[in-house]
Amino acid sequence: MAIWFAQLAVDRWRLSDAQGEKGGTDAEPYALITETAHGPRVDAANRAGAEAGARPGMMLADARTLCPEIKVAPSDPAGDLAFLEKLALWSRRWGPWSALDPPDGLIVDVTAVAHLFGGERRLLADARKAFAERDLDVRLAIAPTAGAAWALAHYGRRTADGGSILPGGQDMAAQLSDLPVAALRLDGDVLTVLRRLGLKKLGDLAGVGRDALQRRFRNRKSPTANPLLRLDQILGRLPEPLLPVVPQQVPLVQRRLMEPIRHRDLLDQVLHDLAHDMARELEGMGKGARRLELGLWRVDGEVLIRALELSAATRDPAHIKRLFAVKLDDIDAGFGIETVRLRASWAEPLALEQGEIEASAENHGTSLNAFIDRLTVRLGQNAVCRPVPHASHLPERSQRWQPPLEPEPASQGELAFNFRPLKLLDRAEPIAVLYATPDGYPRSFQWRGAVHEVVRVEGPERLAPEWWREKSSARLRDYYRIEDREGRRYWLYRNGIIGDGRGGMPAWFMHGFFG
Amino acid sequence: MAGASHSEVFASGDEGCGAALALALARDTLAAAATNPLSETDDRRMVLWVQDRDAIKRGGRPYLHGLPADLRHRLIHVEVKSPADALFALEEGLRCRDLAFVLGEIAGNPRALDFTSSRRLSLAAEKHGVPLWLVRLDARPDLSSARLRWQARSAVSPPARWNAHAPGIASWRAELFRARTHPPGTWTLRDDGGNLVAAGSPASETSGSPHHGDLVRAAGGRSLAAV
Repeated sequence: MAIWFAQLAVDRWRLSDAQGEKGGTDAEPYALITETAHGPRVDAANRAGAEAGARPGMMLADARTLCPEIKVAPSDPAGDLAFLEKLALWSRRWGPWSALDPPDGLIVDVTAVAHLFGGERRLLADARKAFAERDLDVRLAIAPTAGAAWALAHYGRRTADGGSILPGGQDMAAQLSDLPVAALRLDGDVLTVLRRLGLKKLGDLAGVGRDALQRRFRNRKSPTANPLLRLDQILGRLPEPLLPVVPQQVPLVQRRLMEPIRHRDLLDQVLHDLAHDMARELEGMGKGARRLELGLWRVDGEVLIRALELSAATRDPAHIKRLFAVKLDDIDAGFGIETVRLRASWAEPLALEQGEIEASAENHGTSLNAFIDRLTVRLGQNAVCRPVPHASHLPERSQRWQPPLEPEPASQGELAFNFRPLKLLDRAEPIAVLYATPDGYPRSFQWRGAVHEVVRVEGPERLAPEWWREKSSARLRDYYRIEDREGRRYWLYRNGIIGDGRGGMPAWFMHGFFG
Repeated sequence: MAGASHSEVFASGDEGCGAALALALARDTLAAAATNPLSETDDRRMVLWVQDRDAIKRGGRPYLHGLPADLRHRLIHVEVKSPADALFALEEGLRCRDLAFVLGEIAGNPRALDFTSSRRLSLAAEKHGVPLWLVRLDARPDLSSARLRWQARSAVSPPARWNAHAPGIASWRAELFRARTHPPGTWTLRDDGGNLVAAGSPASETSGSPHHGDLVRAAGGRSLAAV
């Protein structure tokens, strides 16, 4: 069943204004407008406005010329879409699932459902009545395929009862041949092409012949640009998958308090209760929370939100309570908090587990997940991480940091040719080095105010710059592994060589420490 | 649990020997514990490495490709702004039963690291059986409750096997200057393929190794760090 809300934006505006069908502002010409770069543009107009000459897509200035007394209200496409989503869920009363057909339509699957309502005719009547009670202007159609139902709802002849039914099993093409080609849900430019070819109705397309259409539109792969694909979809020769709308329930628990609370220990008690309620809620769903939001509604209308992200799914009330306790330190209760709400906006499946074993293990220490959560709550998200290899031969780029419990990315195995230092400086520090030019071993160097005499040295290990991402002036590096007279082992490099044409004298840097 | 104690390694911030010696001692302790037939053969527990900002500035961060191969995939690194946060992270790490050991690097003598906080760390380490190795960069040996306190500096490495002019395997001059159960001494230690071995050092041979009594047996692969 296809449902088309012919005037969705206007209906919604009227309902939100709490105006009756005839009285109030709706009797005057009104237009819903959007501000564009070229001035306000009319998105939709109510009946009086349409009679006065305002058309969707018109500039407001033009509409004012036709009807100087027209009034305007801002349109709200995002709100309309949200409203449509709610309607999609609501209209699942007529079928097992429904899909959005933005901007202003719905498709409900009523296959093998009609007998529950006493036939398709009565099903349509029921739907029309339900929408009429909500003051929504709808056109309905039932057909064997979604495309045919859409075409009938939008372009079918308006019958007295407002809905049309296309019975299956007959020659659908013949019954639909009177509809205009726009009923194929095609893009505007394709419709223009068809109009120029003189094809106005679906019946005309059948007259052209399949081969000719195939040849004319052979490089159009998208269904919205290829009339032949659309025609096949309408007639059920090609499948047309639809994306159903599935409602998601967010676990939510809240406490409304008889007496506004102003003290921290009472808030802790409420939080304790909420955490236990949430644990029960999540346990019923077999899930664990990854993100939790705690909303505190104050008496004076202020809302305080504290959010928490967990490294692994959990529903342990004590853990949740402890993590939130840190975040509640800076709460200003003002005149008191009257409502507290805990919401798990992201939950992941978490299997039920046996409680007692875990509890006894808890006495011997915390688990890794709990440990990481505690650290990240106090120190911040980026403070706790682990190194993972990255595909690069430059030392500082060949490792990256990621959250500790994420799986390690796939990487190539390392070849143990070269020694790498245990520790690497964040920024290589410039040093003054005595060496035999142009590319001899370092003899001694000065770093952090001390002179180091190089006794043993291995190198150079030459690392070329990554030309695919660095500037052409980046210089190669010659790394030396050295040990000074006291046995301290360092990793130095010379940036560039004399005569490479990428700068003057090469500079030396201290980059890492061996054990 | 043997070895589940609090040790301190004092080292200069201008060389990598402090963290390297602490890592070698910690791995040696783990290896000694693994000779227990009841323990797991393959240790997959994570390792925590906490550094405060000053320590990172002086000595850099751990580098994945230079770490011992068995630690590369199980290192958790924590960067903290202040020594107080570092102590918090260390204590939380000691309370976590899924960690093999905890290594901390704190630069200087911060006010937060007084005798009381070091006592807290010692007690947490002993209660939960997670060893703590605290590297103190450029620090005075002040009052502390650490069970073993080492002073580390680099030693001249033995000749490399294939290239006589290249630096050899890492060696350290480790001086045990305060310990609970055995007399102080000085050793030259080196990390020989995962085992910590002591090179012969005449200065300390008479005083004996920390727990075995003589260095000849200590060099046979038994732990110097497990006390």
